[in-house]
Amino acid sequence: MTKQRSLHDLTIVEAGARLRSGQITAVELLDSVIDRAHKTEAQVHAYLTLDREGARLAAEAADEAMAAGDDKGPLHGIPIAVKDNMCTRGVETTAASQILAGYVPPYDAHVVTRLHEAGAVIVGKTNLDEFAMGSSTENSAYGPSFNPWDISRVPGGSSGGSAVAVAAGSALGALGSDTGGSIRQPASLTGIVGVKPTYGTVSRYGLIAFASSLDQIGPLSKSVTDAALTLQTVWGHDPLDATSYSGEYPDLLAGLDAGVDGLRVGVVEEFAGEGYEPAVEEAMMTMLDRLAGAGAKVVQVSLPTVDIALSAYYLVAPAEASANLARFDGIRYGHRAAGATTEALMARTRAEGFGPEVTRRVLLGTYALSAGYHDAFYGQAQRVRAALRDEFGLAYEKVDVLVSPTSPTVAFRAGDKVDDPLSMYLTDICTNPLNLVGHPGISVPVDVDEQNLPVGFQVMAPALGESVMFRVAAEVERLAEFSSSPVLEEVAE
Amino acid sequence: MRAWEPVIGIEVHVELMTNSKMFCGCAVSFGDEPNTNVCPVCLGLPGALPVPNRKALDWILAIGLALNCEISERSVFHRKNYFYPDLPKNYQISQFDVPVCREGHLDVVVDSETRRIGIERAHMEEDTGKSIHVGVGGRIHAAESTLLDFNRSGVPLVEIVSHPDIRSAAEARVYAQELRALVAELGVSDARLEEGSIRFDANVSVRPEGQVEYGTKVEIKNMNSFRSLERAIAYEIDRQIEVLESGGNLVQETRHWDEEAAVTHSMRTKEGSSDYRYFTEPDLVPMYMDPSWVETVRSGLPELPAARRARYVETGLDVDQAGVLSDAPAALRAVYDKAVIAGAPAKSAVNWLTGEVTAWMRRTGTDPEAISLTGPQLAELVVLVDEGTISASAAKEVLEGVLSGEGDPRQVAESRDLVQISDTSALNSAVEEALAANPDAVANYRAGETKVVGFLVGQVMRATQGKADPKVVNELLTAKLDG
Repeated sequence: MTKQRSLHDLTIVEAGARLRSGQITAVELLDSVIDRAHKTEAQVHAYLTLDREGARLAAEAADEAMAAGDDKGPLHGIPIAVKDNMCTRGVETTAASQILAGYVPPYDAHVVTRLHEAGAVIVGKTNLDEFAMGSSTENSAYGPSFNPWDISRVPGGSSGGSAVAVAAGSALGALGSDTGGSIRQPASLTGIVGVKPTYGTVSRYGLIAFASSLDQIGPLSKSVTDAALTLQTVWGHDPLDATSYSGEYPDLLAGLDAGVDGLRVGVVEEFAGEGYEPAVEEAMMTMLDRLAGAGAKVVQVSLPTVDIALSAYYLVAPAEASANLARFDGIRYGHRAAGATTEALMARTRAEGFGPEVTRRVLLGTYALSAGYHDAFYGQAQRVRAALRDEFGLAYEKVDVLVSPTSPTVAFRAGDKVDDPLSMYLTDICTNPLNLVGHPGISVPVDVDEQNLPVGFQVMAPALGESVMFRVAAEVERLAEFSSSPVLEEVAE
Repeated sequence: MRAWEPVIGIEVHVELMTNSKMFCGCAVSFGDEPNTNVCPVCLGLPGALPVPNRKALDWILAIGLALNCEISERSVFHRKNYFYPDLPKNYQISQFDVPVCREGHLDVVVDSETRRIGIERAHMEEDTGKSIHVGVGGRIHAAESTLLDFNRSGVPLVEIVSHPDIRSAAEARVYAQELRALVAELGVSDARLEEGSIRFDANVSVRPEGQVEYGTKVEIKNMNSFRSLERAIAYEIDRQIEVLESGGNLVQETRHWDEEAAVTHSMRTKEGSSDYRYFTEPDLVPMYMDPSWVETVRSGLPELPAARRARYVETGLDVDQAGVLSDAPAALRAVYDKAVIAGAPAKSAVNWLTGEVTAWMRRTGTDPEAISLTGPQLAELVVLVDEGTISASAAKEVLEGVLSGEGDPRQVAESRDLVQISDTSALNSAVEEALAANPDAVANYRAGETKVVGFLVGQVMRATQGKADPKVVNELLTAKLDG
């Protein structure tokens, strides 16, 4: 039985073509996506807020503009989901935390402005691990999201809601944020494409900070081309972000059809072995063979420092988070607890407002920065970062891209790791080194295991090496012929 | 009893009067409606990011260069973490181990002696908002509620930290005044103590004279005038000596100066230094102060008070006069410079400018910029007095005429008929008449009461309507009386 493809199953490229040819309208596209959300949210919980009214107005405006010949580009009229740690003016933004329950920002994040300007239709705000701290979206204060491939399993995290929305068809594309793998890992676990661009290429203005030197916004989508189109829409220099890159930006589309003939592909040796599921290693091997068959020169590369990258990551990220989250004190906005003194008010607000994982990381970070420990912890972690950067630099003298599994495992069962922080942290082992060095990475679905759970393949490139990264990713996508999609029973809300 | 040596360091916070705040575009403006000059950045809203103000960096460079500091080629912002309601992010963007300016000095004149006070650092940071305690006394204790105004949040602030080179309360006051004058001269701050746009904290300790190690340091806050700065430090020095001499121990703490009671109160004790958990501000990139930038700022610096004083001393003033003139309005200093070029003796020129000219301006409510006196006119006036053409008292009248636009001093002296008679032959008859008219005085003089000569001089002056040169009259009278 061939399933009739609904509008919400289309890629951005396909939907864009139909919009431009007048076959469909943005309003019809949005209706399809909203309808899909109605029938799937009860099982997967991708969204914290569906902005029906705002989205409807945006879709109508997109149709009018298109009719008037004002084509605003590839995302014109496309329903996009935005992770709920990016500020949206007039639409509640909580970062999945109790402490921001009811908080309505007075301004749009830079990326949201860019989406509006590009004629995109923002469907709503997606679920995440509280303040993006987690790898399963189980740390949301508003309840977990579930994987459309198997709703007893997690979708990964922290951008789990964005990944689920794309995988389930309740958005055509989404924005997530990636601090240690939070775009790539959920993309991998839900069978879609996810990109963490080079640090500084997408403005962080309006992104509720987790770890400022690691956070980066990027796209989640059904195809590599969709990801490229979305990234090109939102990235670029922003004078409101002092860490924003102001030089020339790579062309993401030019090399998509160029193949990998003659390219040198380095396989990171350390990302294999213990802890890696056989299906993941198999999928990896298969893809390496196919890349070689397509003309790539596949070589082994050793990056010994990645073995301690995770430790460094769990000092740097919590340290920065401990300061970034200090502003949530109940004084100016968000949740406020009663307290006889200002100190008591602040302390109780934070104790009530933050969940256990956030509390754990704030304490960890505060400790790592404390007098007497600063150098041993935070200082040492920064030195590891520098060493890692050197190692990657050397590797890229020999290869054009590095590759690895995105995640050592396929989607795990909800509840399996939530009480074991360390095993949860280990799910980001292949992704977080890139955040420490600021390099880009993309996850492309390549296979499913025997339980029909998707496996992702990570392509990495040096800073601003997105052109070659997308070129290889596009070839991986072609070689994988990944055509599975989740079988998700639709139920009424 | 042992002699004690006070050791004082001063921390100064200077608010820069840039158009916009340090890390956002909000206006820097004093006295506006609360919370009107605010935005997501200076309110610390989720997701907002700082972008440094280039003008503020220009100005801290100017301050650093004026304080003879080394300028760091690469400088870094840090986060200083502490919780306080008027600190919206609960961290302050400040600087830690790589400030913009390091190791400079400021020369100050105390009791006619020049003292060099070392500057440890000057760094860039952002100001906090203001807590307004509503209720009894405006203090946090017993307040019914606290209101927060974030207009000041994010205003560029330069913190200037001196080395502990200051040795007396008076020296601390002069240092503070000198710094204030310097930032005012640079035009980078209102530098108003009463509005808090320049704020002073003092670190005070005492040690037995001759001891190298420092004593226990106490930080004192809340000095709102130069006078209270001096008084608070003097009080604190006395208090510490008293504690030590009575066998007690000092604790490292912060004390609050109570202006009314003229005492310091303990605010909080610090065990070692507070743990602000400084770390590099990841939302900002390092700043590179390249030499051409620094040179551009240096070449735009105005003449600074210390250099000006040195220049005045070279023109022939003593250190105190040079200081007084240096603090005088720019328009008067310009008159001085031109008067000296026109040949006026330096000291007389200063005396006239800071004396009669200033008094006349005050009397008539004239701004320094509006006075019509030129340098050559002042020089001419001084010369007229010095060569005896006009008397000192007539000179005041001549000056008034000049200031009122009646012409050059000589013209005024002539048209107002104020030229002195110093010709002996012209004065002889008046002298004879005075002697003849006052036989009693003559007799008293000859009986040894020589001071009556003053009375006789007055008689002659009256007869000549003040135009006689009193010195010449005196000589003539004495010669005749003794003869």
